[in-house]
Amino acid sequence: MYKWIHQFGSPKYFYDISVRLSKWIAIVCAISFIGGLYGGLVLAPADYQQGDSFRIIYLHVPAAWMSLFVYLVIAFSGAVSLIWHIKITDIIARASAPIGASFTFLALVTGAIWGKPMWGTYWVWDARLTSELILLFLYLGYIALQSAFSDKRIAARAGAILVLIGVINIPIIHYSVEWWSTLHQGPTISKLDKPSIHLTMLIPLLLMVLAFKTFYITTLLIRARSEILEYEYNSSWVKKYVIK
Amino acid sequence: MGPRKKRILMVCAILAGISIAGIFILTAFEKNLMYFYSPTEIINGDAPKTRSFRIGGLVVTNSVIRNTNDLKVSFILTDTMNEIKVIYEGILPDLFREGQGIVANGKLQSDNIFVADQVLAKHDENYMPPEVAEALEAAGAEIPYKKNKYPK
Repeated sequence: MYKWIHQFGSPKYFYDISVRLSKWIAIVCAISFIGGLYGGLVLAPADYQQGDSFRIIYLHVPAAWMSLFVYLVIAFSGAVSLIWHIKITDIIARASAPIGASFTFLALVTGAIWGKPMWGTYWVWDARLTSELILLFLYLGYIALQSAFSDKRIAARAGAILVLIGVINIPIIHYSVEWWSTLHQGPTISKLDKPSIHLTMLIPLLLMVLAFKTFYITTLLIRARSEILEYEYNSSWVKKYVIK
Repeated sequence: MGPRKKRILMVCAILAGISIAGIFILTAFEKNLMYFYSPTEIINGDAPKTRSFRIGGLVVTNSVIRNTNDLKVSFILTDTMNEIKVIYEGILPDLFREGQGIVANGKLQSDNIFVADQVLAKHDENYMPPEVAEALEAAGAEIPYKKNKYPK
């Protein structure tokens, strides 16, 4: 077990395995994305209240979930990096941040586009929307902090502390619709009760969630590989790889 | 204590400190984080009297009165326990209808009539095809958007 972790933590091993993995994950992403979009935009019926406008859920919900998930990945990598000083977790955190920021931005924009026809407004300062906006600022702060230091180890440590402090925002975003009265409605799927969405609408949504998750992994692996090359530019295996 | 244990403690201390600070801040701002007040809270005098605030509730069936020559409209909001009359002039969102949950921004008059300058529709977390909704209604089940979800 320890040997495996140690091996996985070595940039060269991570690089090799990610080259082999990313193609297959990208294929899963493409299939589930096409299937999810076709199911969501063509096969799924219109909603009884919102008509066809509800279909933006197929972008909005996966993007919002991923904005939280990627942040948790960065926070977990940050904790591991602070405690065990594993180089690869720094790389994963650094490579994830712009992807997570993009998901957050997408969730906010699709939410605004959805809000105008349904609620009657693009934006309100309710607890859910505001905490999600703070999440975007946390991502941007993290990214800025990463480029503020020329020493990547110091940047990683400072970033890890920032994301660990910001991790308190994640349960706030998730439970905001239950703790306070908000304009945003309560959870449809991520609750203990059974999902309050019809099965014909749920299946494409889950496919889109899979597509977003695999998209994240694919882009993360690609971004991590270039980060690794940058980190390890002096080592013999990188030189061999580049010459080859 | 080894350096690694120290670092584990440090990470735990950050998380614990932030959680405690978060709990304190959120408890302190509890009222301000509420996006809207319910009619019961307004009747009880919990809502601000001098500045504008938001009211949330369900539109009472058959309470919507529209003026024929301008955009003025009046309706009654309920949280199933108390009712507040709302008057508004402007365009209502598509989802505004009787039985629907809405949030209105405005001021309370001394006679407990709420003068709204903005009306937003609140939709719920249920998604289903129209046929399913009709079938549910025909079977005597309560249609979700009419469920008594307020006050929250």
